[in-house]
Amino acid sequence: MTLAINIRHRLGSFLLDAQFETGSGLIALFGRSGSGKTSVINIIAGLVPPERGRITIDGTVLLDTERGVFVQRHRRRIGYVFQEGRLFPHLTVRQNLLYGRWFAPRAKRGDDLERVVDLLGVGTLLERRPGRLSGGEKQRVAIGRALLADPRLLLMDEPLASLDEARKAEILPYVERLRDQSKVPIVYVSHSIAEVARLATTVVLLSEGKVAAVGPTSEVMQRLDLFPLTGRAEAGAVIEATVERHDETFGLTELASRAGRWRLPRIDAPVGARLRLRVRARDVMLAKSAPADLSALNVLPGIVADIGPHDGPIVEIRVDCSGEALIARLTRYSVERLGLASGTPVFALVKSVALDRRSLSGPLQTAFGPNPEAGDA
Amino acid sequence: MDWMTLSPEEWTAVQLSLRVAIVATLVSLPFGIAIAMMLARGRFWGHSVLNGLVLMPLILPPVVTGYILLILFGRRGPIGAFLADHFGIVLSFRWTGAALACGVMGFPLMVRAIRLSVEAVDTRLEEAAGTLGANRTWVFLTVTLPLIVPGIIAGMILCFAKAMGEFGATITFVSNIPGETQTLPSAIYTFTQVPGGDVGAFRLTLVSIAIAMLALLASELMARFANRRLDIE
Repeated sequence: MTLAINIRHRLGSFLLDAQFETGSGLIALFGRSGSGKTSVINIIAGLVPPERGRITIDGTVLLDTERGVFVQRHRRRIGYVFQEGRLFPHLTVRQNLLYGRWFAPRAKRGDDLERVVDLLGVGTLLERRPGRLSGGEKQRVAIGRALLADPRLLLMDEPLASLDEARKAEILPYVERLRDQSKVPIVYVSHSIAEVARLATTVVLLSEGKVAAVGPTSEVMQRLDLFPLTGRAEAGAVIEATVERHDETFGLTELASRAGRWRLPRIDAPVGARLRLRVRARDVMLAKSAPADLSALNVLPGIVADIGPHDGPIVEIRVDCSGEALIARLTRYSVERLGLASGTPVFALVKSVALDRRSLSGPLQTAFGPNPEAGDA
Repeated sequence: MDWMTLSPEEWTAVQLSLRVAIVATLVSLPFGIAIAMMLARGRFWGHSVLNGLVLMPLILPPVVTGYILLILFGRRGPIGAFLADHFGIVLSFRWTGAALACGVMGFPLMVRAIRLSVEAVDTRLEEAAGTLGANRTWVFLTVTLPLIVPGIIAGMILCFAKAMGEFGATITFVSNIPGETQTLPSAIYTFTQVPGGDVGAFRLTLVSIAIAMLALLASELMARFANRRLDIE
């Protein structure tokens, strides 16, 4: 799939002027509140006609203001999962799920009800009405409803924003399953770097109505110049790793990555499973020589690749560990004391306990996230 | 004299009143929904004028409304003559005219109730239905209409009740002809104008109270049913 967007739209004093082109998978539209993320997907869905623009999916033109093309929202076949669910209160969960199917072209009805019900674990809710569902259940039904309309693209507008942490943890595995098992590409709006790092294949970073960066998640996440936009406190590198073995004696799991070997508290994923590990910059220390007698279990050799702006007390440093990037956040004092500069060989140290289940994601996340089959406890 | 048995004339008045009120309510309903939708959602020139026109019968003395109907729909009136010449429909001094007068008087109440429920509908639900592939007609039929059912019921009951009690506009427009245009209120009025009519007036008053009670109970039941379907938290 190729989604190509070029739009210009004014909302009061706010100017949205965004161009980007992305491929399949989960595309995160990421940025602070008010950066124009929701406006972008409202325009893609056809809910808001922009002043000027052109939107195409796989060559199909949905909008071209120059040629006067505006495909009506009900003809776009773009699924939309709203922040607040927006389930129909007068219909049962089953009727909600099947609503869009009724309008989908008969020949193209791909996903069947059972498969989607299974994927989202809503089997026990089918005969109930939305008024009695929990927030997490509502969002799962909303996702299923959008999927069953057989969309060519699924838009999700901060589907977790109105939920508490426990409910978020309940939904995230379903979104991951959706990304990995369904062929429908997803545009996912979020202002949470944790969600983006965990879910996104591609990141489109928006800032004040403009596209600040587009690229694969790990690439965008490691760019020091974007840290002011991505949010400093939670910033960090995203690393692809494979489960190598479990140490039952001490309850540890070992992961292999290009950067080296990682050890972290035991996780419930089979050997060989591919995971995504988010290492926050504030959890990484740097040393110039290999430290001895150290409690931190993860010691990864690398070379300083880039040093971020150092006008404040804190400096971000990108370390190249055999081709994989790690970000470390240090004080400017430490950077100068150690004499760190581009090309300095260093060791990156990460405490194992800093890598908890929330910094991990992957196809088998369900095994150590809350059990999705258990529903709302 | 028997206190509980209705004379044939009185029975006719009761039946006529019911027929007039039911026809007035049912015929007004589609127009009521359409106008309520226009007033609640429409942004067009003349919005306030339309709103004023609809509400007018509520504020004008009923006799004035009846007189205006007589001018417009009478045999020589512009609309009345047109209907009589082209369709053979005569409204003046017929029960159909009574239904028109009752419908016009009940219309503002019906529109008001439906309009309030349309305004309470979350338009974001309609947006969601649009993204799921429903065009505007289907959105209306499958989302908006079911959600305004309680308002429609309330509007119908109000219109029916108004039609049952309508007196001024009806008697001005179609007079008080027993068996043709003499509705319950007109019959009661007639009884009070003749010596010894108290018993008849009293019997019809009891009938009026019974019908009003039944209508209220029915609306209560229907509203409860509609609310249960919506599962309002």
